[in-house]
Amino acid sequence: MTTAQEDKTTAMVDLITVVIDGFEVSVPKGTLVIRAAEKLGIQIPRFCDHPLLDPVGACRQCLVEIEINGRAFPKPQASCTIPVEPGMIVKTQLTSPVAEKAQRGVMEFLLINHPLDCPVCDKGGECPLQNQAMSTGQADTRFTGTKRIFEKPINISSQVLLDRERCVLCARCTRFSDQIAGDPFITLNERGALQQVGIYEKQPFESYFSGNTVQICPVGALTGASYRFRARPFDLVSTPSACEHCASGCSLRTDVRRGKTLRRLAGDDSTVNEEWNCDKGRWAFKYVTANDRLTQPLVRDAAGDLQPASWPEAIAAAAAGLQGKRAGVLVGGRATVEDAYAYAKFARISLGTNDIDFRSRVSSTEERDFLAAKVVGSNPSYQDIDKSDAVLLVGFEPEEESPIVFLRINKQVRKRGLKVVAIASKLSVGNAKLRATFVCVSPGAEAAAIAAQELSAMSVILVGERASESAGALSAVVALAEKSGATIAWIPRRAGERGALDAGAIANLLPGGRPVDVAAARIDMQTAWGVDALPSGVGADAQQIISLAMSGDIQALVVGGVDPLDAEKSHDALVAMKNTFVVSLEIRPSAVTKIADVVLPVAAVTEKSGSFMSWEGRARSFDAAVDSLQRSDVRILSMISEEMSRPIGLSSVTAAAKEFASIGMWDGEKAKFVSVVAPALVTLGVNEARLTSWRRLLDSGSLQDGEENLAGTARKAVAIISPSRAAQLGVVDGDAIRISNSHGAIVLPSFIESISDDAVWMSRNSQGSHLLATLSVASGAVVTVVRD
Amino acid sequence: MTTLTPVLSAHWDEKDSFTIDAYKRHGGYKAVEKALAMEPDAVIQIVKDSGLRGRGGAGFPTGMKWGFIPQGDDKEHYLVVNADESEPGTCKDTPLLMANPHVLIEGMIIASYAIRAKYAFIYIRGEVTHVVRRVQQAIEDAYKAGYLGKGIFKTETDLELVLHVGAGAYICGEETALLDSLEGFRGQPRLRPPFPAIAGLYARPTVVNNVESIASVPSIIANGAEWFSSMGTEKSKGMTLYSLSGHVTRPGQFEAPLGITLREVLELAGGVRAGHEIKFWTPGGSSTPLFTAAHLDTPLDYEGVAAAGSMLGTKALQIFDETTCVVRAVLRWTEFYKHESCGKCTPCREGTWWLVQILRDLENGKGTAADLDKLLDLCENILGRSFCALGDGATSPITSSIQYFRDEYIAHLTNGGCPFDPRAATLFATAGVDAK
Repeated sequence: MTTAQEDKTTAMVDLITVVIDGFEVSVPKGTLVIRAAEKLGIQIPRFCDHPLLDPVGACRQCLVEIEINGRAFPKPQASCTIPVEPGMIVKTQLTSPVAEKAQRGVMEFLLINHPLDCPVCDKGGECPLQNQAMSTGQADTRFTGTKRIFEKPINISSQVLLDRERCVLCARCTRFSDQIAGDPFITLNERGALQQVGIYEKQPFESYFSGNTVQICPVGALTGASYRFRARPFDLVSTPSACEHCASGCSLRTDVRRGKTLRRLAGDDSTVNEEWNCDKGRWAFKYVTANDRLTQPLVRDAAGDLQPASWPEAIAAAAAGLQGKRAGVLVGGRATVEDAYAYAKFARISLGTNDIDFRSRVSSTEERDFLAAKVVGSNPSYQDIDKSDAVLLVGFEPEEESPIVFLRINKQVRKRGLKVVAIASKLSVGNAKLRATFVCVSPGAEAAAIAAQELSAMSVILVGERASESAGALSAVVALAEKSGATIAWIPRRAGERGALDAGAIANLLPGGRPVDVAAARIDMQTAWGVDALPSGVGADAQQIISLAMSGDIQALVVGGVDPLDAEKSHDALVAMKNTFVVSLEIRPSAVTKIADVVLPVAAVTEKSGSFMSWEGRARSFDAAVDSLQRSDVRILSMISEEMSRPIGLSSVTAAAKEFASIGMWDGEKAKFVSVVAPALVTLGVNEARLTSWRRLLDSGSLQDGEENLAGTARKAVAIISPSRAAQLGVVDGDAIRISNSHGAIVLPSFIESISDDAVWMSRNSQGSHLLATLSVASGAVVTVVRD
Repeated sequence: MTTLTPVLSAHWDEKDSFTIDAYKRHGGYKAVEKALAMEPDAVIQIVKDSGLRGRGGAGFPTGMKWGFIPQGDDKEHYLVVNADESEPGTCKDTPLLMANPHVLIEGMIIASYAIRAKYAFIYIRGEVTHVVRRVQQAIEDAYKAGYLGKGIFKTETDLELVLHVGAGAYICGEETALLDSLEGFRGQPRLRPPFPAIAGLYARPTVVNNVESIASVPSIIANGAEWFSSMGTEKSKGMTLYSLSGHVTRPGQFEAPLGITLREVLELAGGVRAGHEIKFWTPGGSSTPLFTAAHLDTPLDYEGVAAAGSMLGTKALQIFDETTCVVRAVLRWTEFYKHESCGKCTPCREGTWWLVQILRDLENGKGTAADLDKLLDLCENILGRSFCALGDGATSPITSSIQYFRDEYIAHLTNGGCPFDPRAATLFATAGVDAK
């Protein structure tokens, strides 16, 4: 802690004053001249310069005249490479004829080989080259010779196209891939004017962050395959938005033309995503405009068929079906804070139950207690990572499960060699890039490895949702944090989970982290909601709700955006739903809508306003980016509640947001965490292995439906085994192996890697590897592995 | 009249001059023993006192470069010898390495000892396979003799010497591009600072020296700083290799004190080829502005050449007689720079692409006199605007040739093409080929 504070103090003292175009400006030591000029509002033209990339000084567009203490540099200097110094006097193009001519000269050179195809170029209208050619270039060309031409365009991946003749060779894309993403899969090849961005045929440009190269390309050389030729920038209506794909909390910009989202760009938020996002956040949005979107309510008729119905009819049917029954509420992990709050309130007031859970995935009671004791209301942050002396990863693969967290860790690894320790059964590609110390454990044996870690109060423990899959792991995390003073940051995979937790969409907490079993907490909410009583005991978790529905103890379910195949025992869930009255709130047909009694279409993220709460506990609010007749879940729940005469009184997203904000967080004592002891691992028989898995960032997730270009760069499904198991099975890389249990079998090419000898790793939900649907288990379970 | 001072080239005419035995016969590997008995800093001081300046082109004082290496920093230090001799007209390091590779090795041992480097590298042009083989053999012999490896010369000092063969890029002669290439990357110049003395090869303090600079060190140690500084001029000390090529009777390497004039060198070389007279020449390779007959008496040292508006560079004296079309010669050089531009920075990459096209038009009699001003303006936009000196060098032949031979450019336009018969400039041309 002291180090950080000292840094801050020195930084505050260490201001350097320089004169730029006659104006004094004081900036921190180390600031580049180009950035100091920006502070004065002086825009020096540039291409290769990017504030988040290392300076390179390649394009030479930002030349200025510099003198230090009366000694002038003999030549104009690239202002993007020179840090300010005391006594420095800078003359930019505004006051120096030399700088002005140098810049015009460079601009002219840049344009001689650049095609005049602005009218058909995607970048036209938002192009730094176009803009700066207007400010720094000449109206007419002196170049009458032959331009360099290339065959156009070429795919450097299924998502990114390269028009080489447009490229100004600023190396932003290659530097981004190398320095920020840690994926040096593109590089500059050849030399002179024939220099070009190239790929290595044996290592394709399959980076989860490739879309950023398109965004930072200062010309139209890199274009996204799914946006190319779709729109002119000036025809787009832009709306600041938040990403719905994970809990990183990226700020985005959604660009819409004639009511249809055409592209999404990374928003600029220095505290969160800086200027980056991942390819899923950028390129997975077609699910909103999928042909099979639900557009009107459906109600099951007497014959058992779903029939289109009017809204009043459907609302009445839903209310009638729920009335007087013991009902449970299952909320998907993608609900906004406002929607989750509505589900939480609906369960308590309209259904009179605490049987609610947002964890539509593998989860545990240990996790529920952990969330209530350690996570709800907490505010760990990206800055904690920036300042940390070590990062411990538990049940969490940053690159796959929260890519911007990965970028942030990578930044610190690159900048100052931040120590990263990963407790896992397999070393992932991402963690290898982070140069993480890989603590290899058997699936299920995480707890002991966590307990053995040495951390300090400056350390951060990043806990993923998969930590709940190993009994005792979260208990070990709590013990380690208490022992060391390290910060716990829980990073779920889905965007809505943290918000749903704080909004009370869980069996043990009311909104604001109020324990359901604490009378004072209930009184808080009774007062806020104006009701006499609230259900008092801790309700049933998602798994228990399914069991209770199977046994008939629960007779109705409200299901919002849940795919039963995301959890273990998915077949049970479907059977349970068949036995009960199900109200499904969904955007597209699913396994649930097929068997639901009432299906109510809801708005997708771009069609509604609301907010997500990122893993930091940071609100990420957004407005509707497109006009839509679809309603947010909160509106529909409110209508049902009125029909049931137990109104939740949330007429709009704004009303829900206001009410949730006015309630505030619980200031009483948090629930005590009850430690769970890790059970002993079962002994394995011949050809048996413990299953371990996680979801790839790009996989068969339903929000990626229809994005073929995106899917083209997804990592291929493989089954990973250790060298000793490979030897035992007699397989080499690529040989098919068969992984099976009593539910089913999956055959995949094997890949031999650093993994616990008793484990087999498979991707959880990729093409050809749908574990929960096929094997009904995800992690820790014993499976049989044989050569196919 | 200045006379030759053969030191490096003293025994090149001996049949076995390249062998370790021949080298030792002439006192080789004695200076290194003397140096190893001294304090490393004392070795640096002698080199500083000698006034030896870098022979690769820039003329930076060698001893000072060594002195920049931070000592006691607990880091590896590296010595890298730049043997990527690629400057058009320059042919001194290649014959030196052919005829006497051991003088470089001895110099490298002394230099490594002085800067406390345990690893030294020679980055050599890939094209000169015969030289690569010869240097490789010399290194092997030096290892066998115990001059390289662990505990060299029976002392506590270790030195590993690595020969690295480049893949054929002019830019890799630029020291930071050379380092990138040596590290296995594509050769492109690095941003400075940090300078190689602080973060060079593998981000460690590194000295990068030219072959000739390092090869001059054993004689300085053996004969003393005063002996060396007794040769040359006030600020340009010692002897050096001038490589003379082109339209001369006896081209080759002439080792003489700095400050000799071209008139003197030409006399030693038997003059311009018979029946012809000098038209223009380069003092230090194609990247240095041209000189004409008016500069025959310019002292060929760093200051003298600079005062006359050019640079001593690599002391590559390319001689062109009156049969040569200067436009054509400049076009060829410019094509070279275009081909060799690494592509990193805009002015050099795009500028050379453009310059070639204009020059080609001019050579073919297309264009107008205004194109000459355009050429000069473009050169102004490249010179001092590019990332490294390659771009600067590309403009030298153009601006200097227009300065001295503007009329000849104009003649191409009025003539509707080149007024010269290109065959007349060739060596195989028979005497008396008529000019068109």
